[in-house]
Amino acid sequence: MSRDRNGSLLAGFFRQMGEVWILFAETFRNLFRKPWERKNFLQQLEEIGARTLPVVSLTAAFGGLVFGLQTYVGFHRYVGQGSEAYGGPIISLGLTKELIPILVGLMVAGRVGSSMAAEIGTMRITEQVDALFTLGADPNRYLVVPRTAAAFLMLPCLTLFGDIIGIICGMFYNVTIMGVNGKVYLRNTLLYLQFWDVVSGLIKAAVFGIIIAVIGCWQGLKAEGGAEGVGRATTRAVVIASICILIVNFFISKFLPG
Amino acid sequence: MIGIVDLHKSFGSKKVLNGVNLEIPKGETMVVIGQSGSGKSVLLKLLIGVMTPDRGEIRIDGMNVAPLCGEERLRVTRKFGMLFQAAALFDSMTVAQNVAFGLKRYTDLGPDEIAGRVADSLAKVGLRGIERLMPHELSGGMKKRVGLARAIAYGPEIILYDEPSTGIDPIRADAINELIVLLKKEMNVTSVVITHDMVSATKVADRMAMLYEGRIIALGTPEEIKNSADPIVQQFIHGRAEGPIKNW
Repeated sequence: MSRDRNGSLLAGFFRQMGEVWILFAETFRNLFRKPWERKNFLQQLEEIGARTLPVVSLTAAFGGLVFGLQTYVGFHRYVGQGSEAYGGPIISLGLTKELIPILVGLMVAGRVGSSMAAEIGTMRITEQVDALFTLGADPNRYLVVPRTAAAFLMLPCLTLFGDIIGIICGMFYNVTIMGVNGKVYLRNTLLYLQFWDVVSGLIKAAVFGIIIAVIGCWQGLKAEGGAEGVGRATTRAVVIASICILIVNFFISKFLPG
Repeated sequence: MIGIVDLHKSFGSKKVLNGVNLEIPKGETMVVIGQSGSGKSVLLKLLIGVMTPDRGEIRIDGMNVAPLCGEERLRVTRKFGMLFQAAALFDSMTVAQNVAFGLKRYTDLGPDEIAGRVADSLAKVGLRGIERLMPHELSGGMKKRVGLARAIAYGPEIILYDEPSTGIDPIRADAINELIVLLKKEMNVTSVVITHDMVSATKVADRMAMLYEGRIIALGTPEEIKNSADPIVQQFIHGRAEGPIKNW
């Protein structure tokens, strides 16, 4: 009995993985086919980029502040007074490589991934997705490609913006609030933070963008059962995308050089 | 001409269509009647290509379109217009954008010509000057008519109607029925109407087919169907709870 249940759960898991990969492959193939849905793409750039900027700014600011605080406490307690200025590179490295890409990914999954699933799910249950097809618009090209391309491009932009805000806030806490030597802090930060550290965070963000969009659209396209079904699809889109972001982040960190 | 040959479709273990055969000559209005959940809407979705059959053929002007997908299928879909049960208007677009949607994709018309065609299509369904309204500002009957204007705007050869009289009052339903008859006369289109409303079915049909347990069990003119000796058909068209149909 238990073996049967485990077997069907496993089969369900692999079937859903298969659905996501098929959707991703179809989206990737359609990305290079004309005509492009330029208007939808620009709308999604605005939705994912400009409209997510405030929440990303706030998250990055407090992420930078709390990271600055803990780094200050760590150096002050375990290395000694005066060593706090060496926290700059650690704050910058931690923020650009790990914390900001993940925070941005989770924020966008919550704000944009859920909205993708809800919007497409509503279109699906009201037959608007079928209407697209009958009127000559391939639903994948019309709905999924613009969202995935926009998320792929905007997540790194948001992350870069978040990196700058986070680093400034970390520095603000240490230098302005705690009185750490600003020149030494800044010199250490610039000396030890490498270009690749920032780029590796941006690569992660681009991958997270694809994950958020494909999972949001996938859940929307398979929504059924009225308002309750759309609600379930929305929740699942956020939960699955968030878990995938955390898992994929580990493997990218493990396999990306340096 | 539409030819449906031995069409099968299942969802999991539930067989919805179990060997449907039907021929619809060019210019004919075929009404498919049957209980709710008998597979009528699935039949329409298979015809238009939103779903693919498990087995069987769908012949449009002699070509089997069932195995086609992607761009090839979309080219065939150009021949169809569809009125959805709840109109399925794009709720983020105005009435004009909704009606122009297919025109932009299926034709090379310029903006002025498209605006003219939109106004013509809306006029055909008895609506004028509502181009700028949003779908949520329309009544149920108006939504259906805008949906119909959208379906006919690019001049399809075949129009599919999914429950055209459902969800609206009898007077508006009759107005939609008259539109179906009028469009057939004016545009000489082939029509497939799915309904369980016998008043609507009798008014618009050249021929009727009854779908029951995944098969066509009766086919004929409205008069022939009305006089059918089949107790299942009689129970359905007279709307009786008592009879051989028990699975309601």
